Amino acid sequence: MTKKGILLLSLFACMLTLPMAMNAQCKQFAKNTCKAGLDPYQHDGNYHAALLIEGEEAELYKTFYSDRNYRIGVCGASNLSPIEFKVVDTRNGKVLYDNSLKDFDWKWDFKLESSQQLKIMVKVPVPNENVIEPEEGCVAIMFGSLDD
Amino acid sequence: MNRNLILTGRVSLLLFVFLGFILTGCNRGTKSEGVGSGDFEATGSLDAETQEQLNTAKRIFYSLPSPLETAMLIKNAGAEYNEGLMNPTENSSQYITSKSKALNLGIYSTDLSYASLFDQAQATLNYIEAAKEMADGLNILDAINEETIQRLEDHINNRDVIIDIISETLMNSSSFLKENGLEATASVILVGGWVEGLYIATNLVKENELEGKLVERIVDQKLSLDIMVNLLEESPDDEDAMAILEDVKVLKTIFDKITIEQGEVTAVEDPETNVTTLKSESSIEITQKVFNELKSKVIEIRTSYIS
Repeated sequence: MTKKGILLLSLFACMLTLPMAMNAQCKQFAKNTCKAGLDPYQHDGNYHAALLIEGEEAELYKTFYSDRNYRIGVCGASNLSPIEFKVVDTRNGKVLYDNSLKDFDWKWDFKLESSQQLKIMVKVPVPNENVIEPEEGCVAIMFGSLDD
Repeated sequence: MNRNLILTGRVSLLLFVFLGFILTGCNRGTKSEGVGSGDFEATGSLDAETQEQLNTAKRIFYSLPSPLETAMLIKNAGAEYNEGLMNPTENSSQYITSKSKALNLGIYSTDLSYASLFDQAQATLNYIEAAKEMADGLNILDAINEETIQRLEDHINNRDVIIDIISETLMNSSSFLKENGLEATASVILVGGWVEGLYIATNLVKENELEGKLVERIVDQKLSLDIMVNLLEESPDDEDAMAILEDVKVLKTIFDKITIEQGEVTAVEDPETNVTTLKSESSIEITQKVFNELKSKVIEIRTSYIS
């Protein structure tokens, strides 16, 4: 194989493996950082994580059940500003929790008197409006629960 | 000859540089800054237009109860253990198609969680083997490996460790499938696990006793149905997901006959514990006829999944 061919092949391999490596590390990040922080709440086994860019938003819909204690954890990679998240009643959009009012705490502990479907709204803040190279990093949303 | 050697050396060097880029470029910022701010980062350059599009775009996630959460809800509702309601592990060899393997990975995962929460050591070991067979059949690499099973055996009398192992295997499967573009399979697994939970729960409700927490939990599943429909509709090109969607829609028509009245939710935080209580009033209404209809349909669908 020629030098040029090997170079092209290397570039192709790099393009193929880079996103996979990044995703794999996103899982490791979710597992080592976010899941570990749920303790003593038991993680439910669900995996919700993605590479997000500054300014990007995400929403997650989930049913939470009465008489259980929950911890929602929203974790962002260290190159991102603290992640903003709100918890909203899906029926009327009422904001039930806003972490910007709690010093951008990454977690929220709560329980419910009756089962509800809630929406978790997540935003990766843009620290500087004139940014040329926006940062990208892993953001994970995880849940843990405990018996009441 | 010498020139060729030099060239080969240079090419090898270039290859090393690229490999180095792959291995280190994705692994910057290894310093952990505590929980909530992790160690993975990557940067990229975007033009203003792309950034503007991203600013208005939203990633949507639909989260269904995992097999572990489903089993926890059943246990938490005061239900009893009934091994006869679980899908026999002997059935595992008959699942040939990817659809049946995915559905039964979910089903066996719920059975595994159910058995482990009731401290059923032998059943737990049997069901992890059955779940492994399904995961292997779907080529979900290392979701459940020999090391997992060994850890489970070593801690078979420690429920907390077992639950943690199950949670990890579920996360491994889910992350592997999502990272490899197999979101539809991940959805089918979750629906399989959810149907098994509904099957166990509806069959544990005593005849003509439509009250109590277990019934409440069954009714609560109505709140997850539109999430399930949206999740499956995200995979319109996947035949298996679309077939499962039809079953979910049939169940939805029955759940639509159940009434859940909910008042406004108010968040009240306890300043001492920092735990917030979402206060609200709710009431449910389900007739025996509708419950029987739901139970029959769940049996029919679940039977078609395990056959």
